Amino acid sequence: MITIERLTKRYDDDVVVDDVSLEIAEGAIVAVVGASGSGKTTLLRMINRMVEPTSGRVLIAGEDTRATAPHLLRRSIGYAIQGHGLFPHRTIAENVATTPKLLGWDKARIEARVDELLSLFGLEPAIYGPRRPHQLSGGQQQRVGVARALAAFPRVLLMDEPFGALDPIVRAKAQADLRAIQRKLGVTVVLVTHDMDEATSLADRIAIMERGRLVQEATPVEVLTHPATQFAADMFGADERPFRLLSLKSVADLTQPGEAGGEPIAADADRREALAALLWSGRAAAPVTGAGGERLGIVTLARLVEAAAAKAR
Amino acid sequence: MTPGAIERSALRLDRVGATLAALGVGGLALGPFVSARPNRIVDGVPHGLFEALPPSLAAFVALVAAAAALVALSQAPPVLRAFAGAAALACLTLALGQAPRHLTAPGDIYARVAPGWGYWLAGFASTLLIADALTRLRFRPLARLAALVIAGLAAAAAIGSGALDDLSIMKEYAIRATSFWAEARTHLALALGSVAAALAIGAPLGVAVHRVTAARGPTLAVLTVVQTIPSIALFGLLIAPLAWLARTIPGAAEIGIAGVGAAPAFVALTLYALLPVVGSVVSGLGAAPPPAIDAARGAGMTDWQVLAQIEAPLGAPTFLSGLRVVTVQNIGLTTIAALVGGGGFGTFVFQGVGQTAIDLVLLGAVPTVALSFVAAVVLDAASESAGAHA
Amino acid sequence: MKAAAWTLRLLTLALLAVYLIRPETFAAALAPLAPAGAPAVYTQSSVLELAAIHVAIAAVATVLATAAALALAVFATRPAGSAFLPLFRSVANAGQTFPPVAVLAIAVPSVGFGEAPTLIALTLYGVLPVFENALSGIEGVSPAVLDAARGAGLSPRQELLEVELPLALPAILSGVRLSAVIALSTATIGSTVAARTLGEVVIAGLATNNLAYIVQGAAAIAALTVLISDALGALERWAARRAGRG
Repeated sequence: MITIERLTKRYDDDVVVDDVSLEIAEGAIVAVVGASGSGKTTLLRMINRMVEPTSGRVLIAGEDTRATAPHLLRRSIGYAIQGHGLFPHRTIAENVATTPKLLGWDKARIEARVDELLSLFGLEPAIYGPRRPHQLSGGQQQRVGVARALAAFPRVLLMDEPFGALDPIVRAKAQADLRAIQRKLGVTVVLVTHDMDEATSLADRIAIMERGRLVQEATPVEVLTHPATQFAADMFGADERPFRLLSLKSVADLTQPGEAGGEPIAADADRREALAALLWSGRAAAPVTGAGGERLGIVTLARLVEAAAAKAR
Repeated sequence: MTPGAIERSALRLDRVGATLAALGVGGLALGPFVSARPNRIVDGVPHGLFEALPPSLAAFVALVAAAAALVALSQAPPVLRAFAGAAALACLTLALGQAPRHLTAPGDIYARVAPGWGYWLAGFASTLLIADALTRLRFRPLARLAALVIAGLAAAAAIGSGALDDLSIMKEYAIRATSFWAEARTHLALALGSVAAALAIGAPLGVAVHRVTAARGPTLAVLTVVQTIPSIALFGLLIAPLAWLARTIPGAAEIGIAGVGAAPAFVALTLYALLPVVGSVVSGLGAAPPPAIDAARGAGMTDWQVLAQIEAPLGAPTFLSGLRVVTVQNIGLTTIAALVGGGGFGTFVFQGVGQTAIDLVLLGAVPTVALSFVAAVVLDAASESAGAHA
Repeated sequence: MKAAAWTLRLLTLALLAVYLIRPETFAAALAPLAPAGAPAVYTQSSVLELAAIHVAIAAVATVLATAAALALAVFATRPAGSAFLPLFRSVANAGQTFPPVAVLAIAVPSVGFGEAPTLIALTLYGVLPVFENALSGIEGVSPAVLDAARGAGLSPRQELLEVELPLALPAILSGVRLSAVIALSTATIGSTVAARTLGEVVIAGLATNNLAYIVQGAAAIAALTVLISDALGALERWAARRAGRG
């Protein structure tokens, strides 16, 4: 869907992005991670030509992005950034309507689209549409920022630390919403983040940038268990790695027949939660229940510990 | 072409420099270098560079101007650009001083030769070239003051050497040399004295309304209304009460209180300066970040200690830039004092307007602008170094 | 508080209107200030006409100055003009050191006496406050907003017209107000070069030692300035609310 070919950005003698090639599948969420200054934001901004590459090219659905004038290209690509960047002089509805209006949609179509998106993000259109950005909470502003980016049915959504300014609880909710909405709309998402939890929990694939170079591009599990460089390994933190690995999957496929007492664990709970529950209650096993509360079997401490080991796979 | 390719292309013009070069060279080529008049009242006759000067000197000026324009056009380093601008300005001005000797018969004391707009434009472009170069050099406050002293010394040397004595403005000066310096003293005393008086009243007032928030709005509102009274009128309005004071209070007249003259001017200028002084004290004291004040209180400082050790130092840059505005404003406004007999450089301006003698107007206006400029540079430097320490 | 301010405003407007239409109404009140035997009310020309010229000169100068200042500020904040920004700043800074009287006096020889030099001086003087405010307004637009605007696909022109200028509008209007106040007060000085403004009344008072003239001239100009500044202030607050800051 997005093909990045040997993309390089140089400022004078400073190579910010160095010969990066990357293939992003249709409908995937790719997280670009790296330390600050690793070139991840520049790489993202070259996709919609907010930054012009020094060399290399970007293809979206096979079409070279240089074939279209930058501002026209950007109308077909969603763009959401940290601090949302909502226009303070326009209402929420007008903000969401920005790109459809630029594309010359008729009024009724714009209105319908704005209402649809606001509802999708849990903001009652009649109440929030006429308000101005400063009348909304930080979490609501951020949701409007993403809604605006999605307004004109973009093929691609670029996000630069979109949840960076939110507190942890609001952020978790926003991430869950994004995942659900992305599944529903099927839009391809490129997400720049320095939050490794965000990357592992949201993304289908993680691209790791190090001093301008792309050092690894793989699934979260692969990146965790087989980091390509020392830097990639360090990014996840040695003391955190096993737990992150556990958090990527649910307990469902670790469930085995048997009997155990105490508080049951839901089958769709992630393995990290299950481990925490067993450790906290001092049990060696716990019953697992399905969505309807029916008993599926048990999960044992031993299976969980085994699953936390990188070598196991 | 990508931006990188443009950067690499060999010939790059400096856009600012190109504009200034066009302005300066255009002015010199198309505009009159001087305007000569048989006497100080009648209309002038324009003379181009090559008419106004002996051929060799004119050629030399043209050469220097062209060289400076080339430096401006190129990507030369700022130091070289500043030097080119200064050389052009000095050369233009010294050549200007030679024009009267070339254009008028020896011994003709009525003839007046004044700079034409060609000179003004070229001089303006040279000055801007210097200013632009100095901005690019990002001088620290002390270096800027040193540059100001050097410029002042250069101007004093040019005037003191007698090289410009034949120019019309210097002829006006020669006639009024004694009164010029007397008016200069009056102007300075009125402008700076009124700022000092406004500080003496306004600083405590500012601190007071900073602490007593309820009094802030009304105080600033009253001072704002005072500022809207036009300056001429405020000078006039004070004539009567001051005359009354002089008549009724014994000893008042002896200490200089009078209806006309410097007294109403001084009071009016002080009143005008009050609003900016109080305003900058209030906004300066309000500039300290609330967490810093909170921390200071938490550390056990009293209100006065917070004021003296936290709010005052943090507000110093704001206050000083306010002081700069007030000082520049009052140096300019002091010219109006001449209308109520208060003296100062305004005396020459209004005499000049009355006689339609532009040279006399300039004799009053140029020193006023120079004074304002010096005050602005000095107080800017002070404000900036206060900001660096805060 | 709000009611009191409105009462004060309307009272000022009413008194000004009465003075401009029938100045002789105030003859009795001003009489004690006039020298014995001298008239208390200025009648050499119609004060209404003087006020109209006064406001017209100030208005034209402010409009011209605003147009010039906006053009300069927009140019200096575009990529093509950014090299000029420091220069414009230092010229604006140095420009403020020119006293208005000097600008006025220097304009006389080139355009003659009357309203023309006043208009020139006022225009030149009015550029600086609008330029500085427009600059800080445009530069004050949050980088995130600009980034989002570009990302949403606005062209540079749309970015300027639909985002930067509307958001800078409160700052620009505050510059316009400053410029208008300076113009109204400098127009008074214009009377020293024979411009027919309300300053004529004050100058006549100074020339004939008639305090009554000075007082009525000063009060009329002050009232005019306060009312106009007040109205522009209201416009500024409206714009600030529209820009999402209130």
